[in-house]
Amino acid sequence: MSLAIIEKEGLHLFVAELLRQKNTVVGVKDQSAVSSIPGDSGFYTYAPINSPGEMTLSFDVTLIPPKKYLLPAYEQLLTFNLSPGSIKADAPKEELIIFGVHPYDIIAINQMDKVFSAVPQDNHYLERRKRTTIIGIDSVKVAPRAFWSSMGADTVAGGFDLMLTDIGQCYVVDVGSKKGASLLKMAPRTREAAPAEVKERDKVRAEARKRCDANRLSFSYLELPSLLDGNEEHVIWEEKSHLCFSCGTCNLVCPTCYCFDVRDDVSIDLKKGSRNRTWDGCLLSDFARVAGGGNFRGHRADRYRHRFYRKGQFIYRRFGDIACVGCGRCSAQCPSDIADPVAVFNRLKEGI
Amino acid sequence: MGAPSPYLPGLATIMKIEEQTAMEKLFVVRPNDGKPLGHKPGQFVEVSVFGVGECPISVSSAPNKKADFEMCVRRAGNVTNALHNLKVGDVIGIRGPYGTHFPVEDLKGKDLLFVAGGLGIVPLRSFINYALERRKDYGRIIVLFGARTPADRLFKAEIASLARRPDLEYLETVDVGDASWKGNVGVITTLFPKFTIDPKKTYAIMVGPPVMYRFAIAAAKAKGLADDHIIVSLERKMKCGLGKCGHCQMGPVYVCQEGPVFNFAAIKNLEEALS
Ligand SMILES: Cc1cc2nc3c(=O)[nH]c(=O)nc-3n(C[C@H](O)[C@H](O)[C@H](O)COP(=O)(O)OP(=O)(O)OC[C@H]3O[C@@H](n4cnc5c(N)ncnc54)[C@H](O)[C@@H]3O)c2cc1C
Ligand code: SF4
Ligand code: SF4
Ligand code: FES
Repeated sequence: MSLAIIEKEGLHLFVAELLRQKNTVVGVKDQSAVSSIPGDSGFYTYAPINSPGEMTLSFDVTLIPPKKYLLPAYEQLLTFNLSPGSIKADAPKEELIIFGVHPYDIIAINQMDKVFSAVPQDNHYLERRKRTTIIGIDSVKVAPRAFWSSMGADTVAGGFDLMLTDIGQCYVVDVGSKKGASLLKMAPRTREAAPAEVKERDKVRAEARKRCDANRLSFSYLELPSLLDGNEEHVIWEEKSHLCFSCGTCNLVCPTCYCFDVRDDVSIDLKKGSRNRTWDGCLLSDFARVAGGGNFRGHRADRYRHRFYRKGQFIYRRFGDIACVGCGRCSAQCPSDIADPVAVFNRLKEGI
Repeated sequence: MGAPSPYLPGLATIMKIEEQTAMEKLFVVRPNDGKPLGHKPGQFVEVSVFGVGECPISVSSAPNKKADFEMCVRRAGNVTNALHNLKVGDVIGIRGPYGTHFPVEDLKGKDLLFVAGGLGIVPLRSFINYALERRKDYGRIIVLFGARTPADRLFKAEIASLARRPDLEYLETVDVGDASWKGNVGVITTLFPKFTIDPKKTYAIMVGPPVMYRFAIAAAKAKGLADDHIIVSLERKMKCGLGKCGHCQMGPVYVCQEGPVFNFAAIKNLEEALS
């Protein structure tokens, strides 16, 4: 399909129209405006919006990835009576439009789609995914710790319903699905993109890629699985993990981390209950702990190593994807600054 | 939801409870829909106590046309303690069966050396009884059983009758004896010098606590068994049983999917498997 154009002032009307049709629209909010902490440089976050002005499309990276809408941090799976007789599965009911998702985060969602649709399918995830519309936006601002350009995640070919690129005076729009095509009809005054505008899009993308290249892997990310082979006993795991708090932040903020815990909660009258899943993280000390006190990954260094292997090798061997998209959230958020995949992988490549 | 939830358990009723030791109880469970589980020896189910949670438990009975199946549960934490507090007639949830099973077909005509450490007898019992019900299909059957103390031995009556069978060789030991114990004292590997095997025909099937494997595998290899003649069932923390939650990972391997039953040759070089 050919590319379309939405004019800058048309975008607000488009979002307003989506909201008017009673859609729940999630957009990126700039939290520096609302921060009460003096000197806080702020951060970006996904949240439901009530008017187009509340969201921004020029952000570098959000604190938490959009996975929170597809795999909620706390999600009800089942409800039951404590004196059993009835038990039923819960299903999400709301339709959601996420407006403004960067290519690296879309790639991460595509990976989760693969994981949860692998047999046995996780229909809770798939149902939520089906009800979610994704409107992408090419990254123009680059977060200080991002390195998506060296993870093959600067652009994305599919997984979105619409993909926007800000070329200054207007947005170039790529339509990724039927749903996207019919949504686009709600946008006012769209037209077909002129060849010059398509060229401009390539230029905008190339410039962003170049800015992101300031922080990069020193080799092709496709070499990661073989690079990790044989590095299980490298000194780096012990050395760096000495500074690890086992806080799990690196898992929490990662768009490709999807491990979860399952627990039952009971109503206050002890009559009803629900079974819920919550985010979990392999860096937390209890992640592999079993009853009786045994722990299959009891050493901090082993947990620290596990995450890098999972990113660079394990998921690849299982699903064919390198499970790091270079968003840089882990490196930016780790309190000890030891979670940066670029630093770890480049060091392994140097062989020191 | 349009498609079914893989987390939705079927309801099942506890038909019988038998106290095995101070720590373990045997439960006879009947799915409320009256359908047999359709499990193979070595597989497990996710058991729910509603309001408390879920945990993986091996099916201890051999596959059967009847719907009733057995599981033997050690009280170890939240769900297992709650299970121990239930009564006959109480309703629990069951999902599964999950995981790989012992290669009962491939082992036809072979000699079977079962190595059961403690609770390891629970899944092995399914295979042992399966083999005994088809006695002619298998060669020699040797059962080694180790427990911590005489009081910790599971299935005492059943095992006593096994031990009397002429078509099965039974050897047992305890780590620490007591006044009444006349048998072998020592870890399970101290039983290995007491028998001979034909390593070409024999397959060892081992289930026990993590510490057992290294020593039992070494003892089996010392008897001439090749790596691919050793079959183990491994334990890991599990939450989903579906290959999603990530808890049971052993390097790139998901124990709930590719396991719990593994051929030793396939995992011997795997970081995290048996260390
Ligand atoms: C394949 C397999 C088969 C098993 N078969 C049996 C059996 O036949 N009989 C038996 O008594 N025990 C068996 N276990 C161990 C049993 O699963 C644990 O004792 C049980 O999960 C403890 O749960 P809890 O809620 O009582 O303990 P808690 O410490 O409260 O555990 C909380 C949760 O963590 C997970 N967990 C904790 N310990 C384990 C563990 N050892 N293995 C897996 N998940 C764990 C469970 O999801 C559990 O609900 C088996 C484990 C596995 C992996
Ligand atoms: S590992 Fe770090 S940089 Fe890579 S996707 Fe996860 S949070 Fe982003
Ligand atoms: S964020 Fe840093 S300190 Fe926290 S668990 Fe991850 S590596 Fe360790
Ligand atoms: S138990 Fe959840 S992935 Fe294996």
